[in-house]
Amino acid sequence: MTCLRAPLKHRDGTSSRELFHLTQISARCYILPAFEARPSSSLPRWTQRDFSHVSQIFHRSTNTFAKLSIFGSIFIIAGIVAVIIAVNRSGYVTQAGVTREQPVPFSHQHHVAAIGLDCRYCHTTVEIAAVAGIPPTKTCMNCHAQIWSNSPMLEPVRDSYRTDKSLRWTRVHDLPDFAYFDHSIHVNKGVGCSTCHGRVDRMPLVWQHASLQMEWCLDCHRQPEKYVRPRDQVFNMEYQPPADQIALGKQLVKEYKIQNLTNCSTCHR
Amino acid sequence: MTTRNGQLDFASLRAKLSGSDGQSYWRSLDELAETEGFQEFLYREFPQQADQFVDPVGRRSFLHLMGASLALAGLTGCTKQPDEPIVPYVRAPEDVIPGKPLFFASAMPLGGIAEGLLVENHMGRPTKVEGNPGHPASLGATGVLAQASILTLYDPDRSQTVTQYGEIRSWSAFLSEMREALQRFKANQGAGLRLLTETVTSPTLYEQLRLLLAEFPAAKWHQYEPVNRDSVRQGAQLAFGSNVATRYDLEKANVVVSLDADFLSAGPGRLRYTRDFTTRRKVRGNQHEMNRLYVVESTPSNTGAMADHRLTLRAVEIEAFALALAAELGVSWPLPASSATAGSAWIAPLARDLKRHPGASLLIVGEQQSPLVHALAHAMNHALGSVGKTVVYTEPVEANPIQQVQSLRELVSDMQAGSVETLFVLGGNPAFTTPADLGFVEALAKVRVRVHLSLYQDETSALCHWHIPEAHFLESWSDSRAYDGTVTILQPLIAPLYGGKTAHEMLASLTSQPDRSSYEIVRGHWQTHFPGAPSMGSKTSVPQASLAFEQFWRRSLHDGVVAGTALAPKSVALVGRPVLTPQGGGKTGLDIVFRPDPHIHDGQFANNGWLQELPKPHTRLTWDNAALISPATAERLGLNNEEVVELQYQGRKVEAPIWILPGQPNDSVTLHLGYGRLRTGRVGKGAGFNTYAIRTAGAPWSGVGLQLNKTGRRYQLACTQHHHSMEGRNPVRAGTLEQYHEHPEFIREMGEAAPQSLSMYPAQKYSGNAWGMAIDLSSCTGCNACTIACQSENNIAVVGKEQVIIGRELHWIRVDRYYSGGLDNPTTYHQPVPCMQCENAPCEVVCPVNATSHSDEGLNDMVYNRCVGTRYCLNNCPYKVRRFNFLLYSDFETHSLKLARNPDVTVRSRGVMEKCTYCVQRINATKIEAEKEDRPVRDGEIVTACEAVCPAKAITFGNINDPASRVSQLKAEKLNYGLLAELNTRPRTTYLAALRNPNPEIKATS
Repeated sequence: MTCLRAPLKHRDGTSSRELFHLTQISARCYILPAFEARPSSSLPRWTQRDFSHVSQIFHRSTNTFAKLSIFGSIFIIAGIVAVIIAVNRSGYVTQAGVTREQPVPFSHQHHVAAIGLDCRYCHTTVEIAAVAGIPPTKTCMNCHAQIWSNSPMLEPVRDSYRTDKSLRWTRVHDLPDFAYFDHSIHVNKGVGCSTCHGRVDRMPLVWQHASLQMEWCLDCHRQPEKYVRPRDQVFNMEYQPPADQIALGKQLVKEYKIQNLTNCSTCHR
Repeated sequence: MTTRNGQLDFASLRAKLSGSDGQSYWRSLDELAETEGFQEFLYREFPQQADQFVDPVGRRSFLHLMGASLALAGLTGCTKQPDEPIVPYVRAPEDVIPGKPLFFASAMPLGGIAEGLLVENHMGRPTKVEGNPGHPASLGATGVLAQASILTLYDPDRSQTVTQYGEIRSWSAFLSEMREALQRFKANQGAGLRLLTETVTSPTLYEQLRLLLAEFPAAKWHQYEPVNRDSVRQGAQLAFGSNVATRYDLEKANVVVSLDADFLSAGPGRLRYTRDFTTRRKVRGNQHEMNRLYVVESTPSNTGAMADHRLTLRAVEIEAFALALAAELGVSWPLPASSATAGSAWIAPLARDLKRHPGASLLIVGEQQSPLVHALAHAMNHALGSVGKTVVYTEPVEANPIQQVQSLRELVSDMQAGSVETLFVLGGNPAFTTPADLGFVEALAKVRVRVHLSLYQDETSALCHWHIPEAHFLESWSDSRAYDGTVTILQPLIAPLYGGKTAHEMLASLTSQPDRSSYEIVRGHWQTHFPGAPSMGSKTSVPQASLAFEQFWRRSLHDGVVAGTALAPKSVALVGRPVLTPQGGGKTGLDIVFRPDPHIHDGQFANNGWLQELPKPHTRLTWDNAALISPATAERLGLNNEEVVELQYQGRKVEAPIWILPGQPNDSVTLHLGYGRLRTGRVGKGAGFNTYAIRTAGAPWSGVGLQLNKTGRRYQLACTQHHHSMEGRNPVRAGTLEQYHEHPEFIREMGEAAPQSLSMYPAQKYSGNAWGMAIDLSSCTGCNACTIACQSENNIAVVGKEQVIIGRELHWIRVDRYYSGGLDNPTTYHQPVPCMQCENAPCEVVCPVNATSHSDEGLNDMVYNRCVGTRYCLNNCPYKVRRFNFLLYSDFETHSLKLARNPDVTVRSRGVMEKCTYCVQRINATKIEAEKEDRPVRDGEIVTACEAVCPAKAITFGNINDPASRVSQLKAEKLNYGLLAELNTRPRTTYLAALRNPNPEIKATS
């Protein structure tokens, strides 16, 4: 052993061998209070102190707790995992069910349910492109040049139209950038708006209805028959799936040639 | 097989090659010599630094940092995705659908000659360039320079502001100074005003120049660019006594002879020529014959690599060869005696072969050859009856064809005489690119006002008073002519990013309407010059005429060509007795041969990282140029790769590293132009050495009398040839047409395919599409366009020279080079290698996190967001097509570069494996459209980026489940083989073997 003949020096000058002794001794001191250090001229002075007067800190009964806790650790770990999973799927992380502040408190409830606007009046490209489309200010002004044209709530809209500066909405449905979702193919294959977006006609301010997590996507991609509806019902907010959804779904899957696309490259690339 | 000092032992290499029997292939000299460097690349996946940490940061501090970052990395999982704004339009423009690209027709001018493009535009930003199928010079294909132009457009190092004496000025300040100058010019008829442009083909620009010179008769217009076609023009002048342009119809040619012409990858019409030429190379079930190409060249080119017979001659010897061939072909001119000794065995059989195909043969001469060779080729083409059939003469494509070196000479002498008061340099970089002996830089100092328009603050800008940032061609309104004269009106894809100006606007500053935009100028020109324009005194009413113009304008912009502008064939007659004075060899010393760089051209693309990192054809060098010499010359002079030598030519000196290139003629040194830039952006800085320093006006392309002195130093070059080696196997299969006719199965019998049952995994069933690709090695010219197209389409990062040296370049499709035959004139084969999308993919089974998996359509999917970077897949890939982001190569910071990216493909970060997925974003987009229309995907509807760009149509992609698809039919061909199929990977990308069509007469004699 080279280190015995020529001890390695640490930065403060103690050799490896000294360090070894120190650790041994200090370990013993704390675990067994009654330990009496063997006097040795080569050791530092504090190691030669007498610890016999220190009383036992923990009562004997704590041993049971200690043993139990070893057994219980399985449940504790499982519990922690369960909490992590629950938190990850909760609205806190996914933002599902959280309304966002918007520059104009636009109410889908009012425009869809009360006035009866079709989704596609504003989201014009939902049937032809990957993104449904956020309407330009001009679309708002089609009506609001005439009605509520003095409402202070609509001032940002008028301001945008006047100054040619875009409104900055806060995105509610925000998929990660490595997931490439296409609205048009879903709409064309009989996936209703409300299937993913919920009852937007009942939302004064829009919130995210679903978790938008991968398992949620895969639920439908694996079993589309659970969710598809006739194409003419896609934009119907009030559509209720029939009692025999699975039977109808299977028929539609066949009719619309819906594939169970669960390849990675379907969404990721 | 190296001697003690690392010098290659050429004698034993030759012995080794002559001892090998039949077809054997070698990648490089190092492989033959089994040098340590090659062994290291072969046996270790990542030769250096992959498993040890040798960066300047110490191991201890590295561990500290790693510990801390690992601990903190966990915390990032707790952060929520930040809120993202949506910014809709205020008034949505018509036709723009977010997420759906629009395509606009335009063109890329290079040396004045346009290449038609369709440019993909995502919500107002151009992201990808494709060829324009309706353009005669493109037919849907593009070259490397056009593909890489996207990166130049967004280059953050481009000049961004007008400067005067290096201080920022406004455009209006420039205009007001020009207003004052204009008063002076009006008084003295423009005396002292000089304009220096590059080659002009633009009808609008020419009209502007014409009007300007009419107004100021004492002013002069000069044209110069370093890669000019002076000797082509001189040759035509010599042969016909007039200036005519020559174009070729290679589709009709059975026998093609190239005299130092790299017509497949350089010069006008190269894409069209490649398409036409390779159409005749495709031996299929229904086409049994192919054309024959003879190449006589002074430095290896892509055209030479396609040749059935290749002869290496020194540049000066080609003249004698041409004279001998002309005599043999019975040219009517009185010819000076030829002293052709080199290649004389070729001449008789070559002449016989040409004569066997009258009217279906042709000779092409390279731009770098002397006027005499050009004139002789014209005479030979006449003698062969090719004129009007395979060779077409037209009026010149250039607006004002002149001898550019002569033009520059006149300008320089005027400047030296002090008679130039104001010089406008419109584009180009003459301070860097002009011949060293003319003294342009010194003469420039005598000009009172110098104005320079260019994309970058370059060497010339530094010497000029005013610098005006130029608008990139993707930001400009302009027009330009193709190789056959077809006009394309260039339309901008984006407003100038840095307020750039065009040459049109610069010239307008010298008129009474100084602030006319180039849109107004170009549109205004065509309003009076469009084919249906009302002539003076015609009865067409004004509204009728404006309607006709509007129709013309929209149609021309939409199509990308102005209909009917191709130049009509012209009949020309040879002059009776031309003055033919051969230059002859004579002087002792080495030959010097200049060539434009295949990727950065004359130096103007030096700051383009895609082009810098693209391995150059033949040498596979990146980021540098080198002095190319033959193995025999290296042996004679005792030189080795990367050894720095001093090149001395006509009293001027430059230092350069040596690169030994098989196929290079002996005693000849090839130098590429454009490197060693003194003032350029951060990418091109410090790359290569400046060969313009020893280039003279008298010897622009070749000369004799080069001296080469050793310096004893070494300079490391980044060569990719040894990266991704598939050792000890024969990836290329090749044969001759004769062999194919005798026994069509011979390619298949070259290797054995493992039985399909030989797998422990159950076979996958494909009910719908099953994608596959076929690559035709007979057609591939090795032009590298696929590599750049892939880089642009798939957001592939640039890694830099240091990283290339250690084998970390990221190209998803590489073009491998293989040699067969001897050291001095080997046959070259190019093989593009993308991911094979194996059926039994070795990479899939080793991924611990399923980040790579098989799709239902047979794709080998790669999920970047799932990859944890174990690199097991890469280790297990026999084709070496997976690429790992060792460092953060993608630039996430520079804003302008973000605009260049394809929004449909993830930008990968560090620690992620990436690879070709057959452009899955294009597959998905097309499939979605087909599904919406409730129909299957049509054959040829999905075009991968590499397939789209290929001028040779060597790559075919499609559904192999459909027996009628093009790709299935190609795979059924007898020439089809799978790369390393014996490993039972069952690759979906397969190759059609390279066929050559040698002349049996020459084969017997050589």
